Amino acid sequence: MIARRTILMAPGLGYLALLLVAPCLIIFAYSLFERGTYGGIEYNITLENYQRSISSLFARIFLDSVRIAGTATLVALPIGYPAAYAIAQQRRDRQMALLVLAMLPFWSNYLIRTYAWIVLLNNEGLINRTLEAAGMIDQPLPLLYNEFAIVLGLVYNYVPFVILALYSSISRLGPELREASFDLGGSAWSTFRRITLPLTVPGIAAGAVFVFVLSIGNFVTPDLLGGGQRPMLGNLIYSQYLSARDWPMGSALGFILVVIMLALLFAQAILSARASGETEGRIAPEPAGPLP
Amino acid sequence: MIARDPIRLWLNTHLGLVYIFLYVPILVLIALSFNKSGMPTAWTGFSTEWYGKLIANPKILSAAGNSLIVAVASTIISTIIGTLLAMGLEEGKPSPWLDALVAAPMIIPDIVLAIALLSFYTLLNMSLGLYSIVLSHAVFNIAFVAMVVRTRLKNFDKSIVEASIDLGASELTTFRRVTLPVIAPGVIAAALLAFTLSIDEFIIAYFTAGAGQGSTTFPMQIYAMIRFGVTPEINAIATIVVGFSFFLVLLSQRLNREAVA
Repeated sequence: MIARRTILMAPGLGYLALLLVAPCLIIFAYSLFERGTYGGIEYNITLENYQRSISSLFARIFLDSVRIAGTATLVALPIGYPAAYAIAQQRRDRQMALLVLAMLPFWSNYLIRTYAWIVLLNNEGLINRTLEAAGMIDQPLPLLYNEFAIVLGLVYNYVPFVILALYSSISRLGPELREASFDLGGSAWSTFRRITLPLTVPGIAAGAVFVFVLSIGNFVTPDLLGGGQRPMLGNLIYSQYLSARDWPMGSALGFILVVIMLALLFAQAILSARASGETEGRIAPEPAGPLP
Repeated sequence: MIARDPIRLWLNTHLGLVYIFLYVPILVLIALSFNKSGMPTAWTGFSTEWYGKLIANPKILSAAGNSLIVAVASTIISTIIGTLLAMGLEEGKPSPWLDALVAAPMIIPDIVLAIALLSFYTLLNMSLGLYSIVLSHAVFNIAFVAMVVRTRLKNFDKSIVEASIDLGASELTTFRRVTLPVIAPGVIAAALLAFTLSIDEFIIAYFTAGAGQGSTTFPMQIYAMIRFGVTPEINAIATIVVGFSFFLVLLSQRLNREAVA
């Protein structure tokens, strides 16, 4: 039986070892070498790439990335949470359809969805033209090629994930606790703040980590909607590899990105493990039905 | 109870606004693709002229052909390898290390996988082209296929496999006649997912395609067109791509639902 399992898994694990693990080890190794004069790799071990990554120029891009990804996360959560809550309150047979409807745009091409916002936001775009026609503005509003557009694009693309993550968290809460709170005279607000919100922290963490991780490594949105005005970590890695041809530096930045991602996922895993330990037995085993 | 009704109204209104936010940009593109002037500034009449322009554009057609080749090839590789991997993972003791390895391609940032694979191919002195994109796309597709097929295998009554073996069927016959028919909807759903992911993937393809024009994929072509500026042709492309993706996803959802039922 062991042999059978090995045979079944060998092609898959071999493939991932060769084309995932080995390439990742290679860029980790590259990150510790020097860049050659003409763009190659000089095999002298150095920590210079990591030192440079916290130097002024790179540090600024790094801080910009954290701020933009953080803003996108903080905007996406209050949009996604009530939407997920609203879906969880519907009849059971409707919930699935509403979730698919929320996830559907995500499955169309990312570039196309980003392009749609260029059409809406540019100076001759739909929003500016409509406002001008209505006489509300004289000059087109600067909606595109700035941080606002980047955040909007990221929120637009990743809100469906927040909805999905929070739906699975909210739908696992039984109505009993909330009903008990109402019966004991708790207002809707205090019931939400003291019962629902604490119990859905793992869902919030999962959604937040998702948006943040996907945003901070994003290349397309800052490139197309930011117009290169606010390069982020993903754009920096791109330019180190394809323009500056400094692969060791690009590799170091890529490795830093992976470390950030792993740290956040690890924190989230601990948070949800602790939360499920604390609420053991307090969460109804079956997903909640509609409220009475 | 009455106090909760305004909240419910607010929640549902919010949900409706979120759907409007999600769908208006896409609907605007679809509407514009049929606009004679092609510009968002004014509606100048219904026209399918932009679709005609697309069909006459050899660059777009060759890019679409390349994407189809890449998506089909990487789907075939990843569906076979990923299904076997899922079966292996579901047998025997669960291992968090294996789970982490198999989940890694789904969560690693695209740009990191892109530079890692480019570095790897360059180190091996491999020439780049469509086949290096296929190999690269299979990395994340194997992970997604394994995930989808595993969910299907979890709800699978293993006693029928034992019954088949007890009745003297070989392992291969059992797989072909018992296991495969039961997990087939999951496998097909996984293949559709892999196909969708591959045909939409941009950044990894961009890094691993090499310099030649001959290996430009559809998303790479769309990116080049968007960088060039707002052109009405993109609206027509968008409408086709959105329609095609929605069709694939709904099909895969349907299969998966039947699989669970």
